[in-house]
Amino acid sequence: MKKKKILVKEEYCIGCRLCEIYCVTAHSESKNLIKVFRYELGEVAPTVIVEEKEYTTFAVQCRHCEKASCVQACITGAMHRDNGTGAIYVDQEKCVGCWMCIMVCPYGVIKRGVNKKKVASKCDLCVDREMPACVENCPNEALVLTEVGES
Amino acid sequence: MRYVIIGIGPAGMAAADAIREIDEKSELVMITSEEVAGYSKPLITYFLGGKVDEKRMFYRFPWCFEEKNISVMTGTEIVQVDPNEKRVISKRGEEIPYDKLLIATGGSPFVPKIEGVEKEGVFTFTQWKDSKMVASYIVENNVAKAVVLGGGLIGLKTTEALLELGLKVSVVELADRILATTFDKKASQIMTRALQSRGCEVYTDDTVVQVKGKRKVSKVLLKSGREIKTKLLIIAVGVRPNVGFLEGSGIEVNRGVIVNERMETNVENVFAAGDCAEFRDPSTGESTNIAIWPVAFAEGEVAGYNMAGRPVKYQGGVPMNSVELAGLATISVGFTNVEDNGVEILKYFKEEENVYRKLVLKDGRLIGAVFVGDIDRAGIYTGLILQKVDVSSFKNDLLREDFGLVYLPKEYRKKLMEGELKVWLE
Repeated sequence: MKKKKILVKEEYCIGCRLCEIYCVTAHSESKNLIKVFRYELGEVAPTVIVEEKEYTTFAVQCRHCEKASCVQACITGAMHRDNGTGAIYVDQEKCVGCWMCIMVCPYGVIKRGVNKKKVASKCDLCVDREMPACVENCPNEALVLTEVGES
Repeated sequence: MRYVIIGIGPAGMAAADAIREIDEKSELVMITSEEVAGYSKPLITYFLGGKVDEKRMFYRFPWCFEEKNISVMTGTEIVQVDPNEKRVISKRGEEIPYDKLLIATGGSPFVPKIEGVEKEGVFTFTQWKDSKMVASYIVENNVAKAVVLGGGLIGLKTTEALLELGLKVSVVELADRILATTFDKKASQIMTRALQSRGCEVYTDDTVVQVKGKRKVSKVLLKSGREIKTKLLIIAVGVRPNVGFLEGSGIEVNRGVIVNERMETNVENVFAAGDCAEFRDPSTGESTNIAIWPVAFAEGEVAGYNMAGRPVKYQGGVPMNSVELAGLATISVGFTNVEDNGVEILKYFKEEENVYRKLVLKDGRLIGAVFVGDIDRAGIYTGLILQKVDVSSFKNDLLREDFGLVYLPKEYRKKLMEGELKVWLE
């Protein structure tokens, strides 16, 4: 199975945070950048995290691990791997917000959902789009999409 | 080849998946003493509180077993394992042959000797049927007030569910604080206050010595002399590995079934994993029985692979728990109660926001972490604990509000990003 994977190139990241902005927009109701920042900010949050320390910056989102601790630790079965895409998703209907996934993710990229729904929130690799929004809008190729695994 | 797995909890299910990953064809039988297979045990308190319905109780739907060509025997209690004849025997007398056997029977609730404990209205709380029985008992008897004996995770999650149903609840804990085995003192204190603010009474250094009432519970008497009127008593003082049926089988049992890093017992072709197993770490010789979901899952997976012929070793785990109680999210990982000389503690506490973080360091390594209120990115610390990363060079950054991967040594971060770190398995 071929699997999409986002590579993080910290040496190219300029810390512009466009990935965050486009991530929020892509996961919003309106999909409109201006409307999102005006009306939807309490409802949706980015699932990509930008980190910064002195001259080092990079963006990181769910790694969709081969052996995923979050899937192992999930008590409901909400956190699961999709057999088609190989990516890891949260079934928001099943999640009860026990935060076992937050406890075990070594990347710290699973968050508590914002819109009062107490469910885990994480990168879904932009399932509805050809190219994840963060990658598409990264101006310096600090986030790059590749395909791994056998076809 | 015929695989038999006793127990359909996380260890059993993970083992079945691991076996099927390698071997799609061989016969695979899963056995449970319960009437339902594939549901998630930690959800029984959510079910009682009305947060999870029947359908969402299923970690794995019954038809998923069929899809994977797994035969399931429900309502089948195994009373004997006979390694000489390679078979297990059920209470009804069925003989089930195996080539490879996994014991994943979990734990059974411990019920202390209390006068009157056999009365109606006294329940343990570890299975879905307990949750259903308690729910109907509450309705049928107009229960407005409950006593929960045991202030551990099961007891408190049950307490939360009962509060959710509008009951008044008193928690009685033998130790000097609730959550004594899983969280540190400060966290216990914060959680106690949070529970009290929701109208829950918490009695520590105390226990139930007598259950009063004719046929049904009407009140309980505590060791301290206090009497509490209640129609419902939940006993949640702990679980013990469910291994009684192995007596006489020749399988080595201490607290749990002793297993090595491949989850093999001392008897050939017999494996054990999860809450009923006790992992003996070959590097230290010490054995541990860490009864938590992620460990059960990982051990089950290791057992499954080895049963199906792929040699995999378990790296060992640490205790860890995540629980949200009275609206407060809390996580505890590793060793958080150690206070000997060689240990360094880093912490901060924001009282007005109920935010508390504590890190325990020993010999330059992180060995424990507690988070209350703010649990964001807790897993990064768990990673450092499990990977035994030397944190001395960035120790002072560990409690920064913006702490993240960027503060980790570049080498470790690189390994992480490239997905080269192996958690649990080797």
